[in-house]
Amino acid sequence: MPTAAEWSAVRLTAELAGLTTLLLLLVGTPLAWWLARTRSPAKPLWAALVAMPLVLPPTVIGFYLLLLMGPHGPVGQFTQWLGLGRLPFTFSGLVVASVIYSLPFVVQPLQQAFEAVPERALEAAATLRASPWDRFFSVALPLARPGFVTASVLGFAHTVGEFGVVLMIGGNIPDRTRVLSVALYDHVEATEFDQAHRLAAGMVVFAGVVLVSLYVANRPRREPERRP
Amino acid sequence: MKALLLGLSFPLLAAAAQAGQVQVAVAANFAGPIARIGAAFTAATGHELKVSSGATGKFYTQIVSGAPFEVLLAADDETPKRLVAEGHAVAGSAYTYAIGRLVLWSARPGFVDAQGAVLGSDQVRHVAIANPKVAPYGAAALEVIRARGLAEVLAPKLVTAESIAQAHQFAATGNAELGFVALSQVAVPGRPASGSYWLVPPRLYGEIRQDAVLLQAGVGNPAAAALLDFLKGDAAKALIRDAGYGP
Repeated sequence: MPTAAEWSAVRLTAELAGLTTLLLLLVGTPLAWWLARTRSPAKPLWAALVAMPLVLPPTVIGFYLLLLMGPHGPVGQFTQWLGLGRLPFTFSGLVVASVIYSLPFVVQPLQQAFEAVPERALEAAATLRASPWDRFFSVALPLARPGFVTASVLGFAHTVGEFGVVLMIGGNIPDRTRVLSVALYDHVEATEFDQAHRLAAGMVVFAGVVLVSLYVANRPRREPERRP
Repeated sequence: MKALLLGLSFPLLAAAAQAGQVQVAVAANFAGPIARIGAAFTAATGHELKVSSGATGKFYTQIVSGAPFEVLLAADDETPKRLVAEGHAVAGSAYTYAIGRLVLWSARPGFVDAQGAVLGSDQVRHVAIANPKVAPYGAAALEVIRARGLAEVLAPKLVTAESIAQAHQFAATGNAELGFVALSQVAVPGRPASGSYWLVPPRLYGEIRQDAVLLQAGVGNPAAAALLDFLKGDAAKALIRDAGYGP
């Protein structure tokens, strides 16, 4: 049976991945829509910026986030000015870091899905006097559904598996920032292989169950085939 | 043209054969000093160091799995002993090249007092330590905290880094007001020490003996033997002392 500490890591991981995915869908959808539809000459610049977290090693991203969110960094000074204190070594800090780190995994599938929405479908809806909002929610969104499934799955799975950034920003504090991947790494480092194997197996099963249920819930709905 | 290239490459090959190379795995806390020692070593012997720095525990796993390191400069004396016992290192080749010294450091000048009383202060919200399970400096830090009777007060304030290098980053960026790090990380020769620190009296923690050992892959490589000899010499000892390690 998993220990209390392990359950706590599981709960933290689920909360972190769930919250991160939700926030990423909220932030990523308008961003991806804009990237897919814009004719602005600045588009390649923004697309490159979105892909940036893929380039740097995670611990290096973590290091720069520490600098940014630290007492001397602009973000740190802003959060302190707001009276929120500092983000590093807190759960909120982990969420912010994960949103940045997993951004391309959500925005890129969404962008591709939106780009695949035919312009004609939107124009047809417009001739039927659908407002831009209506066109987005009644035409584009349902057509981009597979993109949303991929984006949520990648965003969630990537957050569960991320390690370098969460260790750097989280500081490995039990019950607050020690997520599964960090707890697992701790066991491996300390050559506690029995605990490591159990956690790794648990993690694979946990992620597997969540991902399978997500895929099931998001199955494309087809008309049942009728047999003659 | 071909003949000319061949003619040119022969002397180069001959020189490479005389001046060997040695593949060294170095504990992260010694990464700075080894660069200066390596320069002196190359100047004295003509041999070249190929340095990989990282966590000693990680090197152990890699060496056991057949990593091509020839010499290990560990952060402890346990790992070299274990490698010898398991047949991955040469018996009798291990010796202590440095004794680590622990400091309580803050990036803020004047923040840490000479007695380390700041450790119990309310102004401190986070104290960074290296993971005590794997890093000897982290284990030493916990001993100091216990010796000061602050284990309970500090428990919720401790942030655990995967290595002493990361503990230093936590404190250097100011996110942790204090960090237990190696003296060699904050007092670099030729550079004024940044921030403020308390040199923890060695009686508060078990000695951090850092041992070097010849690994099986280095047997028969004259450059590997030369490096171990060089580390025992006065020139290297002076460099190691200047870097903030005890004899």
